[in-house]
Amino acid sequence: MIRADDATRHGGRAAPAVECKDLVVRYGTRTAVNGVSFVARRSEVLCILGPNGAGKTSTVECLEGYRRPASGTIRVLGLDPVADHRALAARIGVMLQRGGVYPMLGPARALRLFASYYDDPEDPEALLDLVRLRAVARTPWRHLSGGEQARLSLALALVGRPEVLVLDEPTAGVDPEGRVAVREVIGSLRDRGACVILTTHELAEAERVADRVLMLTAGTIAAEGSPTSLMGAAEAVREMAFGAAPGLDLDELEAAIGAEARVTEVLPGRYRVVVTVRATAASRAGTAGPSPGALAASVATWLAQRGIAFSDLRVGRSLEEAYLDALRAHGEQPQSESAGSEAGSEVAR
Amino acid sequence: MSALRPFVAQVEAEAYMTLRRGETLLLTVGIPVAFLAFFSTSRVVPTGPGPAVSFFAPGILALAVMSTAMVSLGIATGFERGYGVLKRLGATPLGRPRLLGAKVTTVFFVEVVQAAVLVPVGYALGWQPGRGHPGLAAADALAAAVLATVAFGGIGLLLAGVLRAEVNLAAANGLYLVLLLLGGMVVPLGKLPGPLAAVARALPAAALSDALHASLGLGRAVPAGAWVTLGAWAIGASALAALSFRWE
Repeated sequence: MIRADDATRHGGRAAPAVECKDLVVRYGTRTAVNGVSFVARRSEVLCILGPNGAGKTSTVECLEGYRRPASGTIRVLGLDPVADHRALAARIGVMLQRGGVYPMLGPARALRLFASYYDDPEDPEALLDLVRLRAVARTPWRHLSGGEQARLSLALALVGRPEVLVLDEPTAGVDPEGRVAVREVIGSLRDRGACVILTTHELAEAERVADRVLMLTAGTIAAEGSPTSLMGAAEAVREMAFGAAPGLDLDELEAAIGAEARVTEVLPGRYRVVVTVRATAASRAGTAGPSPGALAASVATWLAQRGIAFSDLRVGRSLEEAYLDALRAHGEQPQSESAGSEAGSEVAR
Repeated sequence: MSALRPFVAQVEAEAYMTLRRGETLLLTVGIPVAFLAFFSTSRVVPTGPGPAVSFFAPGILALAVMSTAMVSLGIATGFERGYGVLKRLGATPLGRPRLLGAKVTTVFFVEVVQAAVLVPVGYALGWQPGRGHPGLAAADALAAAVLATVAFGGIGLLLAGVLRAEVNLAAANGLYLVLLLLGGMVVPLGKLPGPLAAVARALPAAALSDALHASLGLGRAVPAGAWVTLGAWAIGASALAALSFRWE
């Protein structure tokens, strides 16, 4: 289903597929998106990550032409999503956060119907296999599982061979097998030159599929970069976490690690160690302060000397921690239900 | 031709869904056939001289048009909006004109199916259409049905466009009952109290059954008032529907 001529059709790889500048979206007096700017290129998966209500859907609905921005400019494939909606509709693929399919139609019929809208559609039969819906090809949408519905919505977004794909929460409520299928499809689209923009409030999902992550909070960009660069964004901070008996003497442990150490018991028996190093060129290069190994060793030694058993000792930051830090930096209380339960409760102390 | 292919596929899908919805078939075919048979063979509603079916056959044909164009179309469209289907279609190259065109075509298609069932049932019950010019009567009836379809379709889409799907469902069904009773379909307008009859005459349901009673029942010319009422509702309701319709 991936054709050789797709690359030529997509034109130059360097030209931005999506440009969004100073986007502002308002609902009455409430500002949902407040000055968001970003660029997304062909052959790139851009993930818009943020808690519920951060402005993710409002942002992508402006790209799709559903919503007219209060101010700011948007170009998708060089076109204005509202003014050039007709021309753009043939070149973009859209997956709504929920619904969007006739409840009576099964995957086969729905795909054939959507294929008829486009001049050069994908083969509906091939798409059925791609998203693994062959077994339920004739089952009406309303009888499909959440994961099957999501995969059908994704297939419907692909049927027009889109150059830009906008997916709103494509893995929300999807079972693990479905997630794998969704990720594979997103990866193959990127490989054939499409620009994929997806929203999620799940960090693990962003970490897995994204080339670049845009962290959105309260309508503004809190951080931006590749998952790896975001995870290493604060080189001046060394972190580790471990589990041990509750009620350890934190002052004594801090003293054992060093003056810059700060240890907190985030939950009974769950500890977080943060070592802040003065931000110098050396610290940014990762050479100042205790090495991750030395930090782990000093904590482990201190515990061992006191005969305290410990578990889950982990050094470094996850994207989750980077995300929560970004939220905190913007004065947001991260939502525990959307940010992962453990990390969520860590900051709720 | 590529402009036609999406339209044809959309009509096919709309017709498939319409004819497979049990509740729609009950509304558009089952109830009209049952009403026609029941009222024509019982004497619960006096219709004056002549066989009862001569009054009820045109009246029930009018009911059939209203059921499909207003209730069936309106409820289905309301739920499609509720399920995000219309929103999703808005991001495809199908476009509103072709979507609406497909919906209207499907309504006419269902109406042809309804007529193909109801007219033979009427004949079987002893219906004898009026003795006017048959071609002229058919042309009048067809023109009235088309105008009424636009008027009822406008009302159905107006409700579907502004109300939540569940509220729209209740509203469309309520309106169906009111217009059934005030529409001269199963109760002759002459049997209604004077002021109520005056109100009823201004509604599209009574205008349509007036037109069908005249053309198909009596073989006479359709009263000018019926044309004016149908035309006004067709223009007004479809314009209001177009102005107020929300796709989300």
